[in-house]
Amino acid sequence: MSDGMAAEDDAPQDGPYEDPYDDPYDTEPEIDLFTPRSAAEDRWFDDEAGPVVRLFSMTRGRAARPVDEGLFDLISLVRATDAGGRAEHEPALDATHHGLLALCRDQPLSVAELGSYCDLPVSVVRVLLGDLNDAGLITVTRPVALAHRPDEQLLRDVINGLRAL
Amino acid sequence: MASAHSDAPADTRSALFSSVALKILVAGGFGAGKTTLVGAVSEIRPLRTEELLSERGRPVDDTAGVEAKRSTTVAMDFGRIDLRPGLALYLFGTPGQDRFWFVWDELAQGALGAVVLADTRRLADSFPSVDFFEQRRIPFVVAVNCFEGTEVYAPEDVRAALDLDPGIPVLLCDARSREDGKELLIRLVEHAAAQAGLDPMGAARG
Repeated sequence: MSDGMAAEDDAPQDGPYEDPYDDPYDTEPEIDLFTPRSAAEDRWFDDEAGPVVRLFSMTRGRAARPVDEGLFDLISLVRATDAGGRAEHEPALDATHHGLLALCRDQPLSVAELGSYCDLPVSVVRVLLGDLNDAGLITVTRPVALAHRPDEQLLRDVINGLRAL
Repeated sequence: MASAHSDAPADTRSALFSSVALKILVAGGFGAGKTTLVGAVSEIRPLRTEELLSERGRPVDDTAGVEAKRSTTVAMDFGRIDLRPGLALYLFGTPGQDRFWFVWDELAQGALGAVVLADTRRLADSFPSVDFFEQRRIPFVVAVNCFEGTEVYAPEDVRAALDLDPGIPVLLCDARSREDGKELLIRLVEHAAAQAGLDPMGAARG
């Protein structure tokens, strides 16, 4: 083993002299301090590590309340109400709450989308949305009850919308 | 007569009524092309959402001995199509594994209908989906994903093999094709309308 390593070290240098400080094979990426990093790059840990913050601590140990039953369906649309920056003064809200509000400020987003963009299970998102709803910071639109009597006009809109894609 | 103060609550309310969300499920066996189809017709890259299995509704029968494992999650891929301002259609790929039936129940609630993707090499994989939607009277179409290199079967052969009612549309498709995906969804909505005794496009279509 040691012979092999020594041989490698003592290998004669062929070819023209190359400046050791100008290594064309140095593929080390330059660090750009000015471009904002994506959330994915900020996650230096991998998924195998599990969440850094335990999910139950994000909800302070709470599960969704029965009073919210059906309110936060996967496709319930959530929109932040323009409460004039009132959210900033709500002491009970943390960064995740504010993150949810920021996501649905400009357009309504479904509960499923909020979970996906925040990288949180829907069950956790539901609890946090319950807090925001209690504070009057969001409006929630439940999905249309289509089950047995779909609306003819709505179906026409869906078909026309699909045709126009 | 415009008042000096705009009626903020009323504005909020009208904004609410203008946003409607619908969902269509995309079911089928493992590897049948569910996520591919969702991605082909969605305007956004398919998203993934997770549901924790520790919630209420978790089946109690087959979890003996795994109570300590609290963080089991089931992932669902979904996409979104904005049909017009204020009308969003969500497509949910159903989790494939049979142990997640209770998630299907939640997903199926209020769904406009479902597309069952069938792979002719593993036709039996689509039986559970067909059963599920038949039992719950959820309108569905069967789409045979024509994978390259597989023999193409006539829709009627697939209908016979799956023992489908004559009224259920069976279509051939390429799950990667946006046009095919659109056509599938249109046929599904038309089928759902017909099943509800409606004729949304009127006689003009014939």
